[in-house]
Amino acid sequence: MLSFTLKRIAQLIPVFIGATLLVYFLVFATPGDPIAALSGGKPMSDATREALTAQYNLDKPFWVQYGLYLKNLLTFDLGMSFSGQEVSDLLGRAFPVTARLAVLALLIEGIFGILFGVIAGMRKGKLFDSTVLIASLIVIAVPTFVLGFVLQFVIGVKLQWVKPTVSGAATWGELILPALVLGLVSLAYVIRLTRTSVIENKTADYVRTATAKGLSRQRVITVHILRNSLIPVVTFLGADLGSLMGGAIVTEGIFNVPGVGNLLYRAILKGETPTVVAVVGVLVIVFVLANLIVDMLYALLDPRIRYA
Amino acid sequence: MPENQNNNPEAGLPISSHRAGKVSKYKIEHYVAPLEETPLQAVDSVKAAGKPLSMWAEAWRSLRKQPLFIISGILILAVIVVAAFPHLFTSIDPTGKEACQLENSNEPGRAGHFMGFNLQGCDIYARVIFGTRASLMVGVMTTIVVIILGGAIGALAGFYGGWIDTVLARLGDIFFALPMILGAIIVMQLPAFRDNKSVWTVIVTLSIFGWPQLARITRGAVIEARNADFVKASRSLGLSKFKSLVRHVIPNSLAPIIVVATVNLGVYIVAEATLSFLGVGLPPDIMSWGNDIASAQTQLRTNPMMLMWPALFLSVTVLSFIMLGDAVRDALDPKARKGA
Repeated sequence: MLSFTLKRIAQLIPVFIGATLLVYFLVFATPGDPIAALSGGKPMSDATREALTAQYNLDKPFWVQYGLYLKNLLTFDLGMSFSGQEVSDLLGRAFPVTARLAVLALLIEGIFGILFGVIAGMRKGKLFDSTVLIASLIVIAVPTFVLGFVLQFVIGVKLQWVKPTVSGAATWGELILPALVLGLVSLAYVIRLTRTSVIENKTADYVRTATAKGLSRQRVITVHILRNSLIPVVTFLGADLGSLMGGAIVTEGIFNVPGVGNLLYRAILKGETPTVVAVVGVLVIVFVLANLIVDMLYALLDPRIRYA
Repeated sequence: MPENQNNNPEAGLPISSHRAGKVSKYKIEHYVAPLEETPLQAVDSVKAAGKPLSMWAEAWRSLRKQPLFIISGILILAVIVVAAFPHLFTSIDPTGKEACQLENSNEPGRAGHFMGFNLQGCDIYARVIFGTRASLMVGVMTTIVVIILGGAIGALAGFYGGWIDTVLARLGDIFFALPMILGAIIVMQLPAFRDNKSVWTVIVTLSIFGWPQLARITRGAVIEARNADFVKASRSLGLSKFKSLVRHVIPNSLAPIIVVATVNLGVYIVAEATLSFLGVGLPPDIMSWGNDIASAQTQLRTNPMMLMWPALFLSVTVLSFIMLGDAVRDALDPKARKGA
């Protein structure tokens, strides 16, 4: 298990370097004068311009810039944004908000997705099953931003159950509606995945044995069927954590959540390399770590899988 | 094989009469085997009338009967016709000079304009009809590019293995770790893309981040087919490695690729709409559902129909592609067919 974990973490390094290099290059190749953006379009003396160019290493060739960036990264120095803030500060403020949002979305997906999926799977072909199947198809087909607008308008503006936008503090309560919007599409996938998996497993021999032993229906479902049906679901949820954090750009835009997606979107439009690369780097790490945790969970759910 | 038993007159008897079930005490019935049992050879013999159906012919056979396939097929055909000949469906040319009248701004629907008008006083129905082409183009072309690019890379990696596989898999991981929308925003900001915004830049961008998924699926399918006996047979008959890949391995790994590609076509249409919504997708002068939804967001509280109609068309189109993918998967997967 330990050597497997170490191996997986070692695999993380080339992926991380590759992804940051790719993003660094893409943002580097984007034109626009960051120095002009920095001054807000006001005229600037040549000396100031040169000093600023040197300060942000903008005068050096691409590889030197990237090398310097990686070097600073090793000392946990993420660089400065063009408005003179430490990127680590910006990230430190935005990351917990998006993390809360993603965790809430993942909880909604996990709890309701598995619950509805199991009920639909156990009652295959009944009214509940068909309703859930059709509803999940519709949710998958409607783009997230349309769902976001409609829910914001209906629940936030018309019914006024919650505030339509999120305040700077971004408390858990305020984030429930955005998290629902963020997780809704994946929720539909989790339901369908759980349902298929349950239908496959409920006719298995060990389920018949468990019933024949005289176990209660509840125990058969929760312990025998569910545990064996969870493996594909857990894989999906793990991979989804990364895409939830990246996909938060749209949701955070609609509900004005001061999170990573908002930070990233503005940084990309400004061509602010340090911020973009730092945020993407963090997202890549989250993505790969989530996949690692999923691999570990496999062993818990299925004792036949053991990592040498 | 019940049809084989029909050749035997004895087997025509209702089987239930031979069953030893709950026996009543008045009428004792013993199980008596029919004198002439169906010979084993007759049971085991396979009816060899005609050529066996290929996987595709059999899939087509079961598809034709599926209501899901028929509905989604009709919807997709309708969308294609609308995209190809928008003039057939509306007499208003939304690009024409007289198309938008400001006095109609945000007017609700009336005769001849049942969807109403947008902020600029343009007929929403005409815009939705003419917007079909751009959205469908992005979906179809991205799918084609992704199948060619991802399919080729995945097939090479899976078939040859070794260092090619390692390098290509790691390359895919790098792209895979970047969420599609996020990477697409960054690429769309590149000078070559930002200054030439068109349907094609969106297609190229989505393909850049779409291929790793298809490459993974192709790789898995190719590895499975690579070790099959018929591939070994083709190799031992003297076919070169590459030729056996093209002629035998790839045709036998197409099923999962087709299923994923069909569902993804809808995903790409949504991705285009999302990028346009974020302001980095199609240029505003190209009519598309995504652009219309994006421009509707500021008017949501005064004229929600401006959002609803393009969103409805978009969703129905995406839904049809997802349903088609579902139906094709059921048809191509014999395991699922047996259970149904």
